[in-house]
Amino acid sequence: MKNFVTWKIGGEAGFGIISAGSMLVKAFSRRGFYTTASNEYPSLIRGGHNVITVGVGTLPFHSLHKTLDILIALNSETVEIHTNELHEGSYVVFDPKDVTPNSSDFPPNTRLIALPMSDIVKNLNATVLMRNTVALGATIALLGADFSILTDVIETQFKKKGKTIIDENIAVAQAGYDGIKKTYGSLNGWYLDAPKQPFGKLVMNGSEAVGVGALDGGMKFAAIYPMTPINSLITLFTDHKKELGITYIQPEDEIAGINMAIGASIAGVRSMVATSGGGFALMVEGLSLSGITEVPLVIDLGMRPGPATGMPTWTEQGELLFVIHSGHGEFARIILSPGDITECYQLSQIAFDLAQTYQVPVFILTDKYLNESIWCADKSVFDAPKMPQDGKRVTEKSISPDFKRYDMSPSDGISERSVPGTEKGLYIANSYEHDEKGFTTEDPLIRKSMTDKRLRKLTAIISHSPTPVIYGDTDSELTFVSFGSTKGPILEAMKILQEKGMRTKLIHFSWVYPLDGEKLKKLLQSEKRLVDVEGNGTGQLAKLIMQVSGVDIQEKLLKYDGRQWYPEEIIENLKF
Amino acid sequence: MITSDIYKTDITPTWCPGCGNFGIWMALKNALTKLAVPNHNVVIVYGVGCHGNMRDWMHVYGVEGLHGRALPVAQGIKLANSKLTVIAVTGDGDCIGEGGNHFLHAAKRNPNITVLVHDNQVYGLTTGQASPTAQKGLETKSTPGGVMELPLNPLSLALVAGGTFVSRGFAGDIPQLTEILAKAILHKGFSVVDILQPCVTFDKIHDYGWYRKRIYTVEPQKEKHTALEKSMEWGDTIPLGVLYQEQKETSEDREAVARTPLVDFPLGIPKRDDFLNMFQ
Repeated sequence: MKNFVTWKIGGEAGFGIISAGSMLVKAFSRRGFYTTASNEYPSLIRGGHNVITVGVGTLPFHSLHKTLDILIALNSETVEIHTNELHEGSYVVFDPKDVTPNSSDFPPNTRLIALPMSDIVKNLNATVLMRNTVALGATIALLGADFSILTDVIETQFKKKGKTIIDENIAVAQAGYDGIKKTYGSLNGWYLDAPKQPFGKLVMNGSEAVGVGALDGGMKFAAIYPMTPINSLITLFTDHKKELGITYIQPEDEIAGINMAIGASIAGVRSMVATSGGGFALMVEGLSLSGITEVPLVIDLGMRPGPATGMPTWTEQGELLFVIHSGHGEFARIILSPGDITECYQLSQIAFDLAQTYQVPVFILTDKYLNESIWCADKSVFDAPKMPQDGKRVTEKSISPDFKRYDMSPSDGISERSVPGTEKGLYIANSYEHDEKGFTTEDPLIRKSMTDKRLRKLTAIISHSPTPVIYGDTDSELTFVSFGSTKGPILEAMKILQEKGMRTKLIHFSWVYPLDGEKLKKLLQSEKRLVDVEGNGTGQLAKLIMQVSGVDIQEKLLKYDGRQWYPEEIIENLKF
Repeated sequence: MITSDIYKTDITPTWCPGCGNFGIWMALKNALTKLAVPNHNVVIVYGVGCHGNMRDWMHVYGVEGLHGRALPVAQGIKLANSKLTVIAVTGDGDCIGEGGNHFLHAAKRNPNITVLVHDNQVYGLTTGQASPTAQKGLETKSTPGGVMELPLNPLSLALVAGGTFVSRGFAGDIPQLTEILAKAILHKGFSVVDILQPCVTFDKIHDYGWYRKRIYTVEPQKEKHTALEKSMEWGDTIPLGVLYQEQKETSEDREAVARTPLVDFPLGIPKRDDFLNMFQ
């Protein structure tokens, strides 16, 4: 019996690859297994090569592994491209109509399993597009699971389409299941153990976790121009905006998007935008407007490989320094970089309070891997949302007669904030330099004091910033450093290294900016060997750490081929 | 009884003597007075340009945005709090040049806001380059041999893009402009007021006299295509007034929160358990 299995299905776009993966994830997570799924697809709608990889485990795990235990091929290309990811004892399920694999091309003891998927659907008068459902049935058999775990999910998935469609899908899946049982019934190499804690889990992708966090954080207004990889956030908001009591608007471009969100925020509504690097490039001017007008704003930036259009449907961590330095003029901002869906949820919720408290833009820096991969988390993660905090927002009752929106006296630089409709709260949210009431000024003394006031917020933020989260052995011989989604693969690599007898640690920056340089220096200086792991070509986190703490991390593992890190690759690239 | 003075601050305007902006400023204060909108329920979003300097002289909630971006900010405010009277004060370079795309899409969406286009054919604040509405042949700092192309027409653009209140006023006729602005603010939908405004410093051709010789008032057109025809009339005669008005669903009407302003909604997820169950 196994406690972890990696499964991959591949075929053309339009073959239902992604839906097969997400159904498998749900089927197992409902029975208490830990699951994840990561998709890879080109930037087109039909054709091309699409795959989704699913991990199913009886214990928690943090990322997928590169080696495949089961490969399901819905075309010949899938067999050709992914043979090098197989290992001794992997199973390959293929349709003899597509391909005749030669066992000498595969690692020793690979089981080549011919499943006539085209014939099966034909015999049941189903369409060829339902071969993915045959494959799902076959998978359940190969993993030694009960067929009913699949019927559950099929019923949910096709609920809106009615009983006929549900029955048809179940019949097709059953045929796939039976096909394996009859011919390959004795194969039990990848039977899964029972899960240790068979209780409720929630399954969502990173974008959805950001969305749920935002909603719990009081978000009421989102203006989002479509862009990979944040599109499922739009779907979540549009599908449920009525019941949620929120407004989602599709702006004409990202420039309009950020300006609309700023407008809504000025009017007193918690607002957000979401985009990727290219869209954010258009928003930069607006970011600067939120800086000088001190308007709370949350920006979800899902990174993908640039420059320019780059590789739109792949992943990278290339925008950290861009985000830190974006916007003309000098002003404070906060950058959070969640490492998994739990952090996507928690940090997105916190982001809105931080934006309200400090009246600054707050970034949720995600990436394609995190946003579009499907993850599961214990339901308890979502149990107790915090009450949103309004910071120094004043109301008709609490406003003082001599209210000044940009009062320069607070030592933390944070002034009281009124919203339109409040009788004594009139002011100008002014993109020009302004005095305490918001009136335009070019007076050198006021300019300096107002700049100081805004920059004092940065000092206040730093003094309240959390220290990086530390995982692993306190007394480690090797210490990884990372931000964002690299956390998962590193934690998995650490498990493998631990089995090899190596003591390792991870210092993870899910709060990545601004950092307290002195504290950081103390933290990092005592480490024996620091290894920076990033998904970009220049080591942007290492540069930031060097800039604020003076600690120069020499050893860097950098990946920028559009794919996420895998634990095996981290170990392969380490020097021993 | 309120007077228009309640809408002004005690800061002295810095526009050039004789600038058309004075007339527009006066007409706007008059219109607000006529409608008796409380100061704290008015938000004016300004573009960047000579027109935008009005922000310091108006005693209401003000937002001085970025050049060309007044309309998205104004739409965000209105969607967040539909009780507010939201007005965008913009310029021709600002709204038709840098912000042209926002102008078209605002007309398409029909938010219940009013936009004033201070239309003087030049970029005054950067010392007199040609704007997108500059007439062909106009010699400016950036077009020493005269503007080569035909101008963009804010009214035609608004009509074609779906604007539901399309009008033109003249900075030199404050009573008529007051009337038009009051109607525009009352109109439920996207109201465009293109305002012919002499730039006494950088355009020596289109002065008050030039406009006075040509302008006349038209009645609202029943059909959009005749309104479009009127909007393109320019030369010996230039029509003023409300060219076209129709009632259509607004941006705010389309929102689930249309009846209660978004700003008054409770925070958090209603029926949270049901919502989260979706992810099982």
